Amino acid sequence: MRFPIHWGCSMFFQKEIETMNRKELEELQLCRLKKMVDYCYNNVPFYHERLNQAGVTGDKIKCLSDIQYIPFTTKDDIRDNYPFGMLAQPMKNIVRIHASSGTTGKPTVGAYTKKDLDNWSDQVARVAVAAGAREDDIFQISFGYGLFTGALGLHYGLEKIGATVIPASSGNTSKQLMMFRDFGVTGLVATPSYALYLGEQLREAGYPAEDYKLRLGLLGSEGCTEKMREQIEATLGLRVTDNYGMTELTGPGVSGECEYRCGLHFAEDAFLPEIIDQDTLEPLEEGKSGELVVTTLLREGMPVLRYRTKDITRITYEPCRCGRTHARMEKVMGRTDDMLIIKGVNVFPSQIESVLIGMEGVGPHYQLVVTRPNFLDQLEVKVELLPSTPLDRYGELEAIQRRVHDRLKSVLGLETKVTLVEPKSLERFQGKAKRVLDLRGQ
Amino acid sequence: MQIQQLSIFVENKAGRLAEITELLAKAGVDIRAVSATDTSDFGILRLIVSDPEKAVPLLRAAGMTVSLTSVIAVGMMDVPGAFAKAVRTLADHAINVDYMYAFTSRDMGKACVLLHTSDNDGAVKALQSAGIEVVGAENIYRP
Ligand SMILES: [Zn+2]
Repeated sequence: MRFPIHWGCSMFFQKEIETMNRKELEELQLCRLKKMVDYCYNNVPFYHERLNQAGVTGDKIKCLSDIQYIPFTTKDDIRDNYPFGMLAQPMKNIVRIHASSGTTGKPTVGAYTKKDLDNWSDQVARVAVAAGAREDDIFQISFGYGLFTGALGLHYGLEKIGATVIPASSGNTSKQLMMFRDFGVTGLVATPSYALYLGEQLREAGYPAEDYKLRLGLLGSEGCTEKMREQIEATLGLRVTDNYGMTELTGPGVSGECEYRCGLHFAEDAFLPEIIDQDTLEPLEEGKSGELVVTTLLREGMPVLRYRTKDITRITYEPCRCGRTHARMEKVMGRTDDMLIIKGVNVFPSQIESVLIGMEGVGPHYQLVVTRPNFLDQLEVKVELLPSTPLDRYGELEAIQRRVHDRLKSVLGLETKVTLVEPKSLERFQGKAKRVLDLRGQ
Repeated sequence: MQIQQLSIFVENKAGRLAEITELLAKAGVDIRAVSATDTSDFGILRLIVSDPEKAVPLLRAAGMTVSLTSVIAVGMMDVPGAFAKAVRTLADHAINVDYMYAFTSRDMGKACVLLHTSDNDGAVKALQSAGIEVVGAENIYRP
Protein backbone atom coordinates (compact mmCIF):
# COMPACT_ATOMS: atom_id res chain seq x y z
CA MET A 1 0.00 0.00 0.00
CA ARG A 2 1.10 3.53 -0.72
CA PHE A 3 1.22 6.22 1.91
CA PRO A 4 0.49 9.88 1.21
CA ILE A 5 3.37 11.93 -0.14
CA HIS A 6 6.27 12.59 2.19
CA TRP A 7 5.02 10.14 4.78
CA GLY A 8 6.97 6.99 5.44
CA CYS A 9 4.74 5.24 7.94
CA SER A 10 2.38 6.05 10.76
CA MET A 11 4.16 7.33 13.82
CA PHE A 12 2.90 7.65 17.34
CA PHE A 13 4.00 9.58 20.36
CA GLN A 14 2.37 7.21 22.85
CA LYS A 15 1.53 4.21 20.72
CA GLU A 16 0.26 2.02 23.53
CA ILE A 17 -2.42 4.52 24.55
CA GLU A 18 -3.21 5.74 21.07
CA THR A 19 -3.83 2.26 19.68
CA MET A 20 -5.32 0.66 22.80
CA ASN A 21 -8.24 -1.60 21.95
CA ARG A 22 -11.60 0.03 22.54
CA LYS A 23 -12.70 -2.29 25.30
CA GLU A 24 -9.64 -1.53 27.40
CA LEU A 25 -9.90 2.14 26.57
CA GLU A 26 -13.51 2.27 27.70
CA GLU A 27 -12.64 0.47 30.93
CA LEU A 28 -9.93 3.02 31.52
CA GLN A 29 -12.36 5.86 30.80
CA LEU A 30 -14.99 4.47 33.15
CA CYS A 31 -12.47 4.08 35.93
CA ARG A 32 -11.19 7.62 35.43
CA LEU A 33 -14.70 9.06 35.12
CA LYS A 34 -15.78 7.58 38.46
CA LYS A 35 -12.67 8.99 40.10
CA MET A 36 -13.17 12.35 38.43
CA VAL A 37 -16.75 12.68 39.65
CA ASP A 38 -15.65 12.08 43.23
CA TYR A 39 -12.65 14.34 42.81
CA CYS A 40 -14.89 17.21 41.65
CA TYR A 41 -17.41 16.50 44.40
CA ASN A 42 -14.73 16.62 47.06
CA ASN A 43 -12.71 19.58 45.79
CA VAL A 44 -14.93 22.03 43.92
CA PRO A 45 -17.84 23.56 45.90
CA PHE A 46 -19.67 24.27 42.64
CA TYR A 47 -19.62 20.57 41.68
CA HIS A 48 -20.34 19.51 45.24
CA GLU A 49 -23.60 21.34 45.08
CA ARG A 50 -24.47 20.31 41.51
CA LEU A 51 -23.74 16.64 42.07
CA ASN A 52 -25.67 16.67 45.33
CA GLN A 53 -28.70 18.08 43.56
CA ALA A 54 -28.43 15.43 40.85
CA GLY A 55 -27.73 12.69 43.37
CA VAL A 56 -24.69 11.46 41.44
CA THR A 57 -21.54 10.01 42.99
CA GLY A 58 -18.69 8.06 41.45
CA ASP A 59 -19.96 4.66 42.51
CA LYS A 60 -23.37 5.33 40.93
CA ILE A 61 -21.67 5.47 37.53
CA LYS A 62 -21.76 1.86 36.37
CA CYS A 63 -21.12 2.34 32.68
CA LEU A 64 -20.03 5.17 30.42
CA SER A 65 -23.56 6.03 29.34
CA ASP A 66 -24.39 6.80 32.98
CA ILE A 67 -22.55 10.03 32.30
CA GLN A 68 -25.91 11.40 31.16
CA TYR A 69 -26.96 11.71 34.82
CA ILE A 70 -24.21 14.23 35.48
CA PRO A 71 -25.32 17.85 35.07
CA PHE A 72 -23.77 19.92 32.28
CA THR A 73 -21.24 22.67 32.86
CA THR A 74 -21.59 25.78 30.72
CA LYS A 75 -19.38 28.72 29.93
CA ASP A 76 -21.66 30.81 32.14
CA ASP A 77 -20.96 28.49 35.07
CA ILE A 78 -17.26 29.05 34.61
CA ARG A 79 -17.77 32.78 34.24
CA ASP A 80 -19.98 32.93 37.34
CA ASN A 81 -17.14 31.34 39.30
CA TYR A 82 -14.53 33.77 37.99
CA PRO A 83 -11.67 33.79 38.67
CA PHE A 84 -10.82 30.73 40.80
CA GLY A 85 -14.14 29.20 41.88
CA MET A 86 -13.71 26.19 39.57
CA LEU A 87 -10.27 25.25 40.89
CA ALA A 88 -9.89 21.88 42.54
CA GLN A 89 -6.46 22.58 43.97
CA PRO A 90 -5.08 25.23 46.31
CA MET A 91 -3.03 27.92 44.60
CA LYS A 92 0.21 26.47 45.95
CA ASN A 93 -0.29 23.51 43.60
CA ILE A 94 -1.17 25.64 40.59
CA VAL A 95 1.85 26.44 38.45
CA ARG A 96 0.28 28.19 35.45
CA ILE A 97 -2.73 30.30 34.66
CA HIS A 98 -4.08 30.94 31.17
CA ALA A 99 -7.13 32.85 30.09
CA SER A 100 -9.12 33.19 26.91
CA SER A 101 -10.26 36.66 26.09
CA GLY A 102 -13.96 37.01 26.41
CA THR A 103 -15.77 38.94 23.69
CA THR A 104 -18.19 39.92 26.42
CA GLY A 105 -17.21 40.48 30.02
CA LYS A 106 -14.66 38.50 32.00
CA PRO A 107 -12.11 36.14 30.48
CA THR A 108 -12.32 32.38 30.97
CA VAL A 109 -9.55 31.21 33.27
CA GLY A 110 -7.64 27.95 33.10
CA ALA A 111 -5.41 26.76 35.97
CA TYR A 112 -2.82 24.00 35.71
CA THR A 113 -0.88 21.85 38.14
CA LYS A 114 2.57 20.45 37.25
CA LYS A 115 0.92 17.18 36.31
CA ASP A 116 -1.61 19.02 34.13
CA LEU A 117 1.19 20.68 32.17
CA ASP A 118 2.89 17.34 31.72
CA ASN A 119 -0.29 15.68 30.45
CA TRP A 120 -1.09 18.65 28.26
CA SER A 121 2.26 18.59 26.49
CA ASP A 122 1.83 14.82 25.94
CA GLN A 123 -1.54 15.47 24.30
CA VAL A 124 -0.11 18.17 22.04
CA ALA A 125 2.87 15.96 21.24
CA ARG A 126 0.48 13.23 20.06
CA VAL A 127 -1.32 15.66 17.77
CA ALA A 128 1.98 16.95 16.38
CA VAL A 129 3.38 13.48 15.71
CA ALA A 130 0.07 12.33 14.20
CA ALA A 131 0.29 15.32 11.85
CA GLY A 132 3.77 14.23 10.79
CA ALA A 133 6.06 16.29 13.04
CA ARG A 134 9.44 14.73 13.90
CA GLU A 135 12.31 15.63 16.16
CA ASP A 136 14.33 17.13 13.31
CA ASP A 137 11.57 19.61 12.46
CA ILE A 138 11.98 23.32 13.11
CA PHE A 139 8.68 24.87 14.13
CA GLN A 140 7.91 28.55 14.05
CA ILE A 141 5.12 29.40 16.45
CA SER A 142 3.32 32.40 15.02
CA PHE A 143 0.45 32.38 17.46
CA GLY A 144 0.40 35.35 19.80
CA TYR A 145 2.00 34.28 23.08
CA GLY A 146 0.60 35.54 26.37
CA LEU A 147 -2.50 34.35 28.16
CA PHE A 148 -3.75 32.43 25.15
CA THR A 149 -3.26 28.65 25.45
CA GLY A 150 -2.38 28.10 21.78
CA ALA A 151 1.20 29.32 21.71
CA LEU A 152 2.53 27.80 24.94
CA GLY A 153 0.47 24.65 24.41
CA LEU A 154 2.10 23.92 21.05
CA HIS A 155 5.44 25.20 22.33
CA TYR A 156 5.82 22.61 25.08
CA GLY A 157 4.21 19.84 23.05
CA LEU A 158 6.66 20.32 20.19
CA GLU A 159 9.63 20.56 22.53
CA LYS A 160 8.50 17.30 24.06
CA ILE A 161 8.92 15.44 20.78
CA GLY A 162 12.35 16.99 20.41
CA ALA A 163 11.48 19.41 17.61
CA THR A 164 13.14 22.83 17.55
CA VAL A 165 10.80 25.61 18.56
CA ILE A 166 11.05 29.25 17.47
CA PRO A 167 8.72 31.35 19.64
CA ALA A 168 8.12 33.96 16.94
CA SER A 169 4.70 35.10 18.19
CA SER A 170 2.41 36.87 15.71
CA GLY A 171 3.02 40.08 13.81
CA ASN A 172 6.00 41.56 11.99
CA THR A 173 5.34 39.66 8.80
CA SER A 174 8.60 40.42 7.00
CA LYS A 175 10.55 39.04 9.95
CA GLN A 176 8.35 35.95 9.96
CA LEU A 177 9.18 35.35 6.31
CA MET A 178 12.86 36.04 6.89
CA MET A 179 13.00 33.45 9.67
CA PHE A 180 11.21 30.90 7.50
CA ARG A 181 14.11 31.14 5.08
CA ASP A 182 17.11 31.88 7.28
CA PHE A 183 16.32 29.32 9.98
CA GLY A 184 15.17 26.65 7.53
CA VAL A 185 11.76 26.43 9.19
CA THR A 186 9.88 23.22 8.34
CA GLY A 187 6.73 23.69 10.40
CA LEU A 188 4.35 26.55 11.05
CA VAL A 189 1.97 26.99 13.97
CA ALA A 190 -0.55 29.77 13.34
CA THR A 191 -4.20 30.59 12.94
CA PRO A 192 -5.50 29.72 9.46
CA SER A 193 -6.14 33.37 8.66
CA TYR A 194 -2.62 34.40 9.64
CA ALA A 195 -1.16 31.50 7.67
CA LEU A 196 -3.21 32.63 4.68
CA TYR A 197 -1.85 36.12 5.08
CA LEU A 198 1.75 34.92 5.40
CA GLY A 199 1.26 32.85 2.27
CA GLU A 200 -0.06 35.83 0.33
CA GLN A 201 2.86 37.95 1.48
CA LEU A 202 5.34 35.26 0.53
CA ARG A 203 3.79 35.08 -2.93
CA GLU A 204 3.77 38.83 -3.32
CA ALA A 205 7.39 39.13 -2.29
CA GLY A 206 8.08 36.65 -5.09
CA TYR A 207 10.53 34.52 -3.11
CA PRO A 208 11.50 31.32 -4.91
CA ALA A 209 9.87 28.25 -3.34
CA GLU A 210 13.17 26.36 -3.21
CA ASP A 211 14.42 28.84 -0.58
CA TYR A 212 11.87 27.40 1.82
CA LYS A 213 11.67 24.08 3.57
CA LEU A 214 8.17 24.45 4.98
CA ARG A 215 6.33 21.14 5.00
CA LEU A 216 3.88 21.09 7.90
CA GLY A 217 1.26 23.52 9.14
CA LEU A 218 -0.36 22.87 12.52
CA LEU A 219 -3.17 25.35 12.34
CA GLY A 220 -5.83 25.94 14.90
CA SER A 221 -7.73 28.24 17.26
CA GLU A 222 -10.23 29.23 14.60
CA GLY A 223 -12.16 27.50 11.86
CA CYS A 224 -10.46 26.62 8.60
CA THR A 225 -12.55 25.85 5.55
CA GLU A 226 -11.38 23.42 2.86
CA LYS A 227 -10.83 26.28 0.42
CA MET A 228 -8.75 28.15 2.92
CA ARG A 229 -6.70 25.06 3.60
CA GLU A 230 -6.06 24.57 -0.12
CA GLN A 231 -5.03 28.18 -0.52
CA ILE A 232 -2.63 28.01 2.45
CA GLU A 233 -1.09 24.80 1.18
CA ALA A 234 -0.64 26.24 -2.29
CA THR A 235 0.98 29.49 -1.18
CA LEU A 236 3.19 28.18 1.64
CA GLY A 237 3.95 24.79 0.14
CA LEU A 238 3.11 22.85 3.26
CA ARG A 239 0.57 20.32 4.40
CA VAL A 240 -2.04 21.60 6.81
CA THR A 241 -3.59 19.65 9.66
CA ASP A 242 -6.25 20.86 12.02
CA ASN A 243 -6.23 20.56 15.79
CA TYR A 244 -8.80 21.42 18.39
CA GLY A 245 -9.00 22.52 21.97
CA MET A 246 -10.05 25.35 24.26
CA THR A 247 -8.96 26.91 27.53
CA GLU A 248 -11.92 25.41 29.40
CA LEU A 249 -10.61 21.94 28.48
CA THR A 250 -6.85 22.72 28.84
CA GLY A 251 -6.04 24.15 25.40
CA PRO A 252 -4.92 22.61 22.10
CA GLY A 253 -4.40 18.85 22.18
CA VAL A 254 -7.98 17.80 22.87
CA SER A 255 -8.14 16.41 19.35
CA GLY A 256 -6.13 16.57 16.15
CA GLU A 257 -5.93 15.19 12.65
CA CYS A 258 -3.67 12.30 11.74
CA GLU A 259 -1.91 12.01 8.38
CA TYR A 260 -5.13 10.76 6.74
CA ARG A 261 -7.03 13.91 7.68
CA CYS A 262 -10.31 12.07 8.07
CA GLY A 263 -11.38 13.59 11.34
CA LEU A 264 -9.65 14.75 14.51
CA HIS A 265 -8.65 12.00 16.96
CA PHE A 266 -9.56 12.79 20.56
CA ALA A 267 -7.09 12.10 23.32
CA GLU A 268 -9.80 9.81 24.63
CA ASP A 269 -7.89 8.65 27.69
CA ALA A 270 -8.00 12.25 28.92
CA PHE A 271 -11.19 13.65 27.37
CA LEU A 272 -14.50 11.86 27.22
CA PRO A 273 -16.55 13.25 24.33
CA GLU A 274 -20.30 13.13 23.78
CA ILE A 275 -22.63 14.62 21.20
CA ILE A 276 -25.93 16.02 22.37
CA ASP A 277 -28.89 17.66 20.72
CA GLN A 278 -28.35 21.32 21.53
CA ASP A 279 -32.06 21.91 22.07
CA THR A 280 -33.28 18.83 23.92
CA LEU A 281 -29.84 18.18 25.53
CA GLU A 282 -30.38 14.46 24.90
CA PRO A 283 -27.35 12.36 23.92
CA LEU A 284 -27.26 11.60 20.20
CA GLU A 285 -26.23 8.32 18.65
CA GLU A 286 -22.93 7.84 16.84
CA GLY A 287 -22.64 9.75 13.59
CA LYS A 288 -25.35 12.32 14.31
CA SER A 289 -24.21 15.92 14.43
CA GLY A 290 -24.89 18.04 17.45
CA GLU A 291 -23.14 19.93 20.21
CA LEU A 292 -19.86 18.51 21.48
CA VAL A 293 -19.75 17.95 25.24
CA VAL A 294 -16.47 17.00 26.90
CA THR A 295 -15.53 15.69 30.34
CA THR A 296 -11.91 15.96 31.41
CA LEU A 297 -10.66 12.67 32.85
CA LEU A 298 -7.23 13.65 34.10
CA ARG A 299 -7.28 17.34 34.82
CA GLU A 300 -6.32 18.30 38.38
CA GLY A 301 -6.26 22.10 38.49
CA MET A 302 -9.57 22.80 36.85
CA PRO A 303 -11.53 19.69 36.00
CA VAL A 304 -14.81 20.04 34.10
CA LEU A 305 -17.70 17.61 33.89
CA ARG A 306 -19.78 17.53 30.72
CA TYR A 307 -18.64 20.88 29.45
CA ARG A 308 -20.87 22.21 26.67
CA THR A 309 -18.43 23.44 24.03
CA LYS A 310 -21.12 25.02 21.81
CA ASP A 311 -19.25 23.54 18.85
CA ILE A 312 -21.25 21.52 16.38
CA THR A 313 -19.65 18.35 15.07
CA ARG A 314 -20.13 14.60 14.99
CA ILE A 315 -18.10 11.66 16.20
CA THR A 316 -17.16 8.29 14.75
CA TYR A 317 -15.67 5.36 16.66
CA GLU A 318 -14.75 3.50 13.46
CA PRO A 319 -11.11 2.36 13.41
CA CYS A 320 -8.85 4.71 11.45
CA ARG A 321 -6.34 3.64 8.79
CA CYS A 322 -3.56 5.19 10.88
CA GLY A 323 -4.04 2.56 13.57
CA ARG A 324 -5.35 4.90 16.26
CA THR A 325 -8.41 3.59 18.05
CA HIS A 326 -9.43 6.89 19.60
CA ALA A 327 -12.67 8.42 18.36
CA ARG A 328 -12.58 11.02 15.62
CA MET A 329 -14.62 14.18 15.45
CA GLU A 330 -15.40 15.95 12.22
CA LYS A 331 -14.00 19.42 11.70
CA VAL A 332 -16.20 21.77 13.68
CA MET A 333 -19.08 22.81 11.44
CA GLY A 334 -19.92 25.89 13.44
CA ARG A 335 -20.95 27.18 16.82
CA THR A 336 -24.39 26.75 18.31
CA ASP A 337 -24.14 30.50 18.95
CA ASP A 338 -23.66 31.23 15.27
CA MET A 339 -26.03 28.67 13.85
CA LEU A 340 -29.01 30.13 12.08
CA ILE A 341 -32.13 28.22 11.29
CA ILE A 342 -33.62 29.62 8.12
CA LYS A 343 -36.76 28.03 6.72
CA GLY A 344 -35.87 25.03 8.87
CA VAL A 345 -32.39 24.68 7.36
CA ASN A 346 -29.30 24.91 9.57
CA VAL A 347 -26.94 27.56 8.25
CA PHE A 348 -23.45 28.24 9.58
CA PRO A 349 -21.56 31.40 8.72
CA SER A 350 -18.51 29.20 8.03
CA GLN A 351 -20.34 27.67 5.06
CA ILE A 352 -20.88 31.08 3.58
CA GLU A 353 -17.25 31.95 4.11
CA SER A 354 -16.18 28.80 2.29
CA VAL A 355 -18.22 29.84 -0.72
CA LEU A 356 -16.88 33.39 -0.81
CA ILE A 357 -13.23 32.48 -0.44
CA GLY A 358 -13.23 30.72 -3.78
CA MET A 359 -15.20 33.32 -5.74
CA GLU A 360 -13.81 35.79 -8.25
CA GLY A 361 -14.65 39.45 -7.94
CA VAL A 362 -15.67 39.44 -4.29
CA GLY A 363 -13.79 39.47 -1.00
CA PRO A 364 -14.13 36.99 1.88
CA HIS A 365 -15.94 39.36 4.24
CA TYR A 366 -19.66 39.17 4.59
CA GLN A 367 -22.63 40.13 6.66
CA LEU A 368 -25.78 38.10 7.02
CA VAL A 369 -29.10 39.79 7.51
CA VAL A 370 -32.08 37.63 8.35
CA THR A 371 -35.56 39.08 8.04
CA ARG A 372 -39.06 37.68 7.93
CA PRO A 373 -41.16 39.61 5.44
CA ASN A 374 -44.63 38.06 5.11
CA PHE A 375 -43.79 35.40 7.71
CA LEU A 376 -41.18 33.84 5.47
CA ASP A 377 -37.50 33.82 6.42
CA GLN A 378 -35.21 35.63 4.07
CA LEU A 379 -31.43 35.52 4.18
CA GLU A 380 -29.54 38.40 2.68
CA VAL A 381 -25.82 37.93 2.16
CA LYS A 382 -23.88 41.15 1.79
CA VAL A 383 -20.51 40.73 0.11
CA GLU A 384 -17.83 43.20 -0.80
CA LEU A 385 -16.72 43.74 -4.35
CA LEU A 386 -12.95 43.74 -4.78
CA PRO A 387 -11.50 47.18 -5.59
CA SER A 388 -10.24 45.98 -8.96
CA THR A 389 -13.31 44.13 -10.22
CA PRO A 390 -13.90 45.24 -13.82
CA LEU A 391 -17.04 47.30 -14.33
CA ASP A 392 -17.12 47.32 -18.11
CA ARG A 393 -20.67 46.19 -18.25
CA TYR A 394 -23.46 46.24 -15.75
CA GLY A 395 -24.13 42.62 -16.67
CA GLU A 396 -20.79 41.63 -15.16
CA LEU A 397 -21.96 42.71 -11.73
CA GLU A 398 -25.16 40.78 -12.19
CA ALA A 399 -23.10 37.78 -13.25
CA ILE A 400 -21.04 37.99 -10.04
CA GLN A 401 -24.22 38.26 -8.01
CA ARG A 402 -25.68 35.26 -9.77
CA ARG A 403 -22.56 33.14 -9.33
CA VAL A 404 -22.49 33.81 -5.58
CA HIS A 405 -26.20 33.11 -5.36
CA ASP A 406 -25.91 29.82 -7.24
CA ARG A 407 -22.93 28.60 -5.22
CA LEU A 408 -24.68 29.48 -1.97
CA LYS A 409 -27.75 27.64 -3.13
CA SER A 410 -25.83 24.47 -3.83
CA VAL A 411 -23.94 24.64 -0.52
CA LEU A 412 -26.77 25.75 1.77
CA GLY A 413 -29.75 24.41 -0.12
CA LEU A 414 -31.40 27.78 0.30
CA GLU A 415 -32.43 30.77 -1.77
CA THR A 416 -30.54 33.88 -0.66
CA LYS A 417 -30.53 37.46 -1.69
CA VAL A 418 -26.99 38.49 -2.60
CA THR A 419 -26.15 42.16 -2.24
CA LEU A 420 -22.90 43.60 -3.51
CA VAL A 421 -21.43 46.37 -1.40
CA GLU A 422 -18.41 48.61 -1.71
CA PRO A 423 -14.96 47.29 -0.75
CA LYS A 424 -14.05 47.53 2.93
CA SER A 425 -17.51 48.83 3.78
CA LEU A 426 -18.44 45.87 6.00
CA GLU A 427 -17.15 45.99 9.51
CA ARG A 428 -14.05 43.89 10.11
CA PHE A 429 -14.69 41.55 12.99
CA GLN A 430 -11.93 40.32 15.21
CA GLY A 431 -11.84 36.63 16.01
CA LYS A 432 -15.02 34.86 16.80
CA ALA A 433 -17.42 37.79 16.88
CA LYS A 434 -20.64 37.81 14.95
CA ARG A 435 -21.36 38.71 11.39
CA VAL A 436 -25.04 38.06 11.69
CA LEU A 437 -27.92 40.48 11.99
CA ASP A 438 -31.07 38.59 12.86
CA LEU A 439 -34.05 40.93 12.58
CA ARG A 440 -36.75 38.28 12.65
CA GLY A 441 -37.84 39.20 16.14
CA GLN A 442 -38.61 42.73 15.03
CA MET B 1 -8.95 57.10 -30.45
CA GLN B 2 -10.31 55.58 -27.31
CA ILE B 3 -11.18 57.44 -24.19
CA GLN B 4 -10.67 56.14 -20.67
CA GLN B 5 -13.89 56.27 -18.74
CA LEU B 6 -14.10 55.76 -14.99
CA SER B 7 -16.63 53.14 -13.93
CA ILE B 8 -17.40 53.35 -10.24
CA PHE B 9 -19.49 50.93 -8.24
CA VAL B 10 -21.91 52.81 -5.98
CA GLU B 11 -24.37 51.52 -3.49
CA ASN B 12 -27.54 53.52 -3.34
CA LYS B 13 -26.63 55.35 -0.21
CA ALA B 14 -27.41 58.97 0.44
CA GLY B 15 -24.43 61.24 -0.07
CA ARG B 16 -22.23 58.75 -1.89
CA LEU B 17 -22.41 60.70 -5.16
CA ALA B 18 -21.55 63.94 -3.37
CA GLU B 19 -18.58 62.28 -1.69
CA ILE B 20 -17.18 61.02 -4.97
CA THR B 21 -17.55 64.29 -6.82
CA GLU B 22 -16.15 66.31 -3.93
CA LEU B 23 -13.16 64.00 -3.71
CA LEU B 24 -12.40 64.59 -7.39
CA ALA B 25 -12.94 68.34 -7.10
CA LYS B 26 -10.54 68.58 -4.20
CA ALA B 27 -7.84 66.87 -6.27
CA GLY B 28 -8.45 69.27 -9.14
CA VAL B 29 -9.94 66.58 -11.40
CA ASP B 30 -12.56 68.08 -13.68
CA ILE B 31 -15.66 66.10 -14.61
CA ARG B 32 -16.56 66.32 -18.31
CA ALA B 33 -19.48 63.92 -18.54
CA VAL B 34 -21.58 61.81 -16.20
CA SER B 35 -23.88 58.87 -16.57
CA ALA B 36 -25.41 56.64 -13.96
CA THR B 37 -27.23 53.36 -14.23
CA ASP B 38 -28.83 51.86 -11.21
CA THR B 39 -31.11 49.26 -9.77
CA SER B 40 -32.63 49.36 -6.33
CA ASP B 41 -29.40 48.13 -4.71
CA PHE B 42 -26.45 49.51 -6.57
CA GLY B 43 -25.38 51.21 -9.71
CA ILE B 44 -22.42 52.08 -11.85
CA LEU B 45 -21.41 55.66 -12.10
CA ARG B 46 -19.59 56.46 -15.33
CA LEU B 47 -17.44 59.55 -15.51
CA ILE B 48 -15.29 61.17 -18.14
CA VAL B 49 -12.73 63.27 -16.29
CA SER B 50 -9.78 65.46 -17.14
CA ASP B 51 -7.24 63.09 -15.60
CA PRO B 52 -8.45 59.48 -15.29
CA GLU B 53 -5.01 58.09 -14.32
CA LYS B 54 -4.96 60.36 -11.32
CA ALA B 55 -8.57 59.69 -10.35
CA VAL B 56 -8.33 55.89 -10.14
CA PRO B 57 -5.85 55.56 -7.25
CA LEU B 58 -7.60 58.43 -5.51
CA LEU B 59 -10.97 56.70 -5.56
CA ARG B 60 -9.52 53.27 -4.72
CA ALA B 61 -7.80 54.74 -1.70
CA ALA B 62 -11.21 55.99 -0.62
CA GLY B 63 -12.43 52.38 -0.70
CA MET B 64 -14.23 52.30 -4.01
CA THR B 65 -14.39 49.71 -6.74
CA VAL B 66 -13.34 51.60 -9.82
CA SER B 67 -12.09 50.49 -13.19
CA LEU B 68 -11.09 52.16 -16.42
CA THR B 69 -13.20 51.29 -19.40
CA SER B 70 -12.51 52.29 -23.00
CA VAL B 71 -15.24 54.21 -24.79
CA ILE B 72 -15.32 56.15 -28.02
CA ALA B 73 -16.57 59.69 -28.53
CA VAL B 74 -18.48 60.65 -31.65
CA GLY B 75 -18.79 64.32 -32.56
CA MET B 76 -22.33 65.25 -33.63
CA MET B 77 -23.25 68.00 -36.01
CA ASP B 78 -26.46 69.63 -34.89
CA VAL B 79 -28.44 68.53 -37.97
CA PRO B 80 -31.31 66.06 -38.29
CA GLY B 81 -30.17 62.51 -39.04
CA ALA B 82 -26.59 62.90 -37.82
CA PHE B 83 -26.99 60.50 -34.94
CA ALA B 84 -29.11 58.09 -36.97
CA LYS B 85 -26.31 57.83 -39.51
CA ALA B 86 -23.78 56.93 -36.82
CA VAL B 87 -25.92 54.21 -35.28
CA ARG B 88 -26.84 52.81 -38.69
CA THR B 89 -23.15 52.58 -39.58
CA LEU B 90 -22.44 50.56 -36.46
CA ALA B 91 -25.43 48.31 -37.06
CA ASP B 92 -24.28 47.63 -40.59
CA HIS B 93 -20.95 46.46 -39.20
CA ALA B 94 -22.70 44.23 -36.65
CA ILE B 95 -21.30 46.25 -33.77
CA ASN B 96 -23.52 46.39 -30.69
CA VAL B 97 -23.81 49.45 -28.50
CA ASP B 98 -23.79 48.44 -24.82
CA TYR B 99 -24.59 51.88 -23.53
CA MET B 100 -24.17 55.53 -24.48
CA TYR B 101 -24.54 59.00 -23.11
CA ALA B 102 -24.03 62.46 -24.46
CA PHE B 103 -22.62 65.79 -23.37
CA THR B 104 -22.09 69.17 -24.91
CA SER B 105 -18.77 70.86 -24.71
CA ARG B 106 -18.69 74.63 -24.98
CA ASP B 107 -15.10 74.50 -26.20
CA MET B 108 -15.83 72.07 -28.98
CA GLY B 109 -19.06 73.82 -29.78
CA LYS B 110 -21.00 70.67 -30.43
CA ALA B 111 -22.59 67.63 -28.86
CA CYS B 112 -20.54 64.55 -28.26
CA VAL B 113 -21.89 61.02 -27.79
CA LEU B 114 -19.88 58.52 -25.75
CA LEU B 115 -20.34 54.92 -26.76
CA HIS B 116 -19.29 51.61 -25.30
CA THR B 117 -19.58 48.99 -28.00
CA SER B 118 -18.91 45.33 -28.51
CA ASP B 119 -15.92 46.29 -30.69
CA ASN B 120 -14.54 49.76 -30.06
CA ASP B 121 -11.67 49.49 -32.57
CA GLY B 122 -14.02 48.30 -35.29
CA ALA B 123 -16.45 51.07 -34.43
CA VAL B 124 -13.79 53.77 -34.82
CA LYS B 125 -12.82 52.44 -38.26
CA ALA B 126 -16.39 52.09 -39.43
CA LEU B 127 -17.42 55.55 -38.29
CA GLN B 128 -14.38 57.27 -39.73
CA SER B 129 -14.77 55.62 -43.12
CA ALA B 130 -18.40 56.77 -43.12
CA GLY B 131 -17.11 60.32 -42.61
CA ILE B 132 -18.29 60.61 -39.04
CA GLU B 133 -16.01 62.45 -36.65
CA VAL B 134 -14.49 60.42 -33.86
CA VAL B 135 -13.15 62.75 -31.20
CA GLY B 136 -9.72 61.99 -29.75
CA ALA B 137 -8.95 61.66 -26.08
CA GLU B 138 -6.90 64.87 -25.98
CA ASN B 139 -9.95 66.88 -27.01
CA ILE B 140 -12.10 65.27 -24.38
CA TYR B 141 -9.79 65.39 -21.35
CA ARG B 142 -8.44 68.88 -22.12
CA PRO B 143 -10.57 70.68 -24.67
ZN1 LIG C 1 -6.15 8.41 12.09
